[in-house]
Amino acid sequence: MLRTEEMVLNLGPQHPSMHGVLRLVVKIDGEIIREIEPVVGYLHRGTEKLAEDLNYTQIIPYTDRLDYLSSMTNNYVVCHATETLMGLEIPEKAEYLRVIVMEMNRVASHLLWLGTFLLDVGALTPFLYCFRDREQILSMFNELCGARLTYNYMRVGGVKWDAPAGWLDKVKNFADYMINEIQNYHELISGNEIFLQRTKGIGVITKEMALSYSLSGANIRCTGIDWDLRKKQPYSVYDRFDFKVPLGKTGDLLDKYHCRMDEMVEAMKIVKQAVEGFPEGGATMGKVPRVLRVPEGEVYVGVESPRGELGCHIVSKGKDKPWRIKFRRPSFYNLQVAKELLVGQNIANLVAILGSIDIVLGEVDG
Amino acid sequence: MEVNFEQFTSFEEEEIKRNVLVTTLEQIKAWARTGSMWPLTFGLACCGIEMMASGGSHFDLDRFGVIFRASPRQSDVMIVSGTVTKKMAPLLRRLYDQMPEPKWVIAMGSCATAGGPYVRSYSVVKGVDQIVPVDVYIPGCPPNPAALIYGLHKLQEKIRYEARTGKKVTDHE
Amino acid sequence: MSEEKEAKKPAAPKTPRAAQAAGRARPVPPRGRAAGKPKEEKPLPPSPKQPVVDGYAKLIREKISPEAVESAFINQPNDHLPTLVIKKEFWIQVAELFKNQSDLAFDYMQNYSGVDYETHLEVVVQLYSMARGERVCFKIKTDREVAKLPTLSNLWSAADWNEREIYDLLGIDFEGHPDMRRMFLPEDWVGHPLRKDYVPLDEGV
Repeated sequence: MLRTEEMVLNLGPQHPSMHGVLRLVVKIDGEIIREIEPVVGYLHRGTEKLAEDLNYTQIIPYTDRLDYLSSMTNNYVVCHATETLMGLEIPEKAEYLRVIVMEMNRVASHLLWLGTFLLDVGALTPFLYCFRDREQILSMFNELCGARLTYNYMRVGGVKWDAPAGWLDKVKNFADYMINEIQNYHELISGNEIFLQRTKGIGVITKEMALSYSLSGANIRCTGIDWDLRKKQPYSVYDRFDFKVPLGKTGDLLDKYHCRMDEMVEAMKIVKQAVEGFPEGGATMGKVPRVLRVPEGEVYVGVESPRGELGCHIVSKGKDKPWRIKFRRPSFYNLQVAKELLVGQNIANLVAILGSIDIVLGEVDG
Repeated sequence: MEVNFEQFTSFEEEEIKRNVLVTTLEQIKAWARTGSMWPLTFGLACCGIEMMASGGSHFDLDRFGVIFRASPRQSDVMIVSGTVTKKMAPLLRRLYDQMPEPKWVIAMGSCATAGGPYVRSYSVVKGVDQIVPVDVYIPGCPPNPAALIYGLHKLQEKIRYEARTGKKVTDHE
Repeated sequence: MSEEKEAKKPAAPKTPRAAQAAGRARPVPPRGRAAGKPKEEKPLPPSPKQPVVDGYAKLIREKISPEAVESAFINQPNDHLPTLVIKKEFWIQVAELFKNQSDLAFDYMQNYSGVDYETHLEVVVQLYSMARGERVCFKIKTDREVAKLPTLSNLWSAADWNEREIYDLLGIDFEGHPDMRRMFLPEDWVGHPLRKDYVPLDEGV
C-alpha cells in the first residue's frame, strides 16, 4: 500500500473552472478530498448597502448585475416585491412580456450552464453550440431593450418598452427551433459514454440534505422534491400556462442535467403559449405615481430564477428609498452544499460537482 | 507599407528583389506579438461573460490569434473583466506580477475602468489602474463583444506604433 | 382607453396580489413591526390566516413561556404572512419547536436576513413547511451594542453561511456557531457595513 500524505491545494480565485472568483482550499490525501473550505467574497460589491441610498427605480440596474446570467428574473423580483407592498396592478400586456423575457432568460442561462458544465467534464464541442443558440436570445433581447446582458427592462408597475414589430414572431420561431435543437443536444450529449461515466451516481444530493441546506432550483428538484415557486406560490401570470416541473429521482449529476434540459423545453412551451395568448392592445405600464413612495411595511417575495428561489426582502419606512433590502440569492444557499458533497470524492469530480451546482459568483457575493 | 527605394543601398535593393523585407527587429517582434496575443482568463463578473461570448462561436476571438490561457505564466495580456474588489486587488497584482514581460492590461467595462456603478461602494476598488498600469480602457457595462474586439485591435495598434516610433503612447511605467 | 380597461380587468382576479389590491380601495399603509399591533389594521378585512397566527402564538405561550411572544400579527400585503415577534431568550426553543414538532414541521428555510433599525437590530427568518405548504415569519430583536443571538445552524444547515453573512455585515454574534468568521470581507476589515452608522474609510472617492 502506497503511503500518502495530506496536502493543501488552493484552487482559485483565478481558475478557469471556478466559474468566477470562487476560492476553494482543498485538503487532499492522494486523490481523495478530505476537507474543503470555500472562500467567497472576492466579488462582494455591497449592492444591499448601495440600494439603501437609491430610490426603487434606481435599484433595478443594480439587480441586473447580481445574477448577470438571468438579469430579467432579478429585475422582476425587485419590481414584484415593490408592487406587492404598494398593491399595484400590472397591465396584462406587461405581465405577458415579463413572462416571455424571464423564460427566454432561463433558457439563455441554462445554455451557458450546459456549455460550461460540459467543458468542466471534458467536452469542448457543446460549448460552441450552446453559445451559438444563446447568442440568438441575446440579440433578441438587444432588439427589445438595447442590451445583451444587463437589460434594465422592467419597471415598478410594468415594463419599459413594448415589443417591437415582428419581435413576437421571432420569439415564436425561436421557441420552435429551440425545442428541436434540444433534441439535437440530447443526441450529442446524453448517450455519450464518457459523459455518463462522469455524471451517473456522482455528487448525489439526498432529500434531507436538500431541505436542510434550503437548496432550490434544479438542485432540489433532482432529488424528487417538487419545489417550483411558479407552481407553489404562483406569481405574475404563470397560473395561466400549462407546463410541467421536471423532477429527478436519484439526485446525481445526470438527474440534474436532465432536469435542466427538460426545464428548457418547458420554458420554451411557456413562451409559445404566452406569444399565442399575447394581449392585442393595452399599456405596458400601470398607473404608477411619479415618485414611488412605498408604504411602511415589510415584504418578502420569492420567484423561481434559473438557479432557484430568488427572493427579495424589503423593509420600507414609507420613504422613496428602502430602509433595508435583502436579496435571497439562490447560488449562495446552493453553494453551501458543496462542502458536504465534495468530501470523500475523487479530486477529478470536484469541478464536475461544482459545475453542476450552477453558481454565479456575482450572486453568491452580493 | 510605403517603401522608399532611394534610401536603400544597391545591396539592399538586390535583396528586396529577391523578396526579402528589411525591417527592424523591434517591428518584427511587435508584428509577431500582435498576431498572437494570449489573454489570461480572468473573468471577474458580468464582463467575464461577455468575454466568454467573444471567445465563443459567434464572435470567435481565435481568428485574431487571441487564445485564452488559464495560467498567467503563459499569457501576455490581462483582460480585467469586471469589478475589482478590495479583497481581490492583492491577488490581481500578484497575477500581474506572475505574467512574463512584455505584458499589457485591458480594463474591460466601467467597473475596471473607474469603479462604474459601484464607485460609491465600500468594498470596490475605484479603477484597476490604481493597482496595475492599464493600456486600453473599454467603456460599457458590460461592453459588447465587438467593443472588446475593437479594444484588442487598439492594443495591437499601440504595440506596433511603439515598436515603429520608439515612443510610448502612455507615460506610465 | 377602453382597450386599457379591458386589458386590466381579467388580470385582476387571476394573480393573488392583484386580487388583494382590488379587495381594498386604496393601499392602506400596513403597520409593520414599528407599531406591531394588529388592532390598528381595522380598515382591512380580517385575514383568513388570523386563526393560524393565533394558534401559533397560543402554542408558544403554552409550550414554552407566556412571555415568549412579543406580538403576533398578519402581514397582509405580503400574501397574509403570519408573523411572530419572539423574545430572544426563548428564540431557540421556539425554533426547535417549529422545526421538530410533526404537525408544524417547518423544515425549509426560505430567507434569513438582518435589519438595523438604529434603536436595535433585528433578525427576520421566513420558514416554509414542505409537507403543509405553510409559511411563517419570525422576528427577533437584539441589542445594538451587545448583539448576540443563538445560532440556528444546528437546526437548518442553511443558516450556517447566512449567520456568517449577518455577522459580517451587521455584526450580530451568533452564539454556538461552529465557525463565526467574516463571510465576504477580509478578516482585518473594521466595522460592519450594513449598520446605518457605518462610515467607509475612503468616503467621497
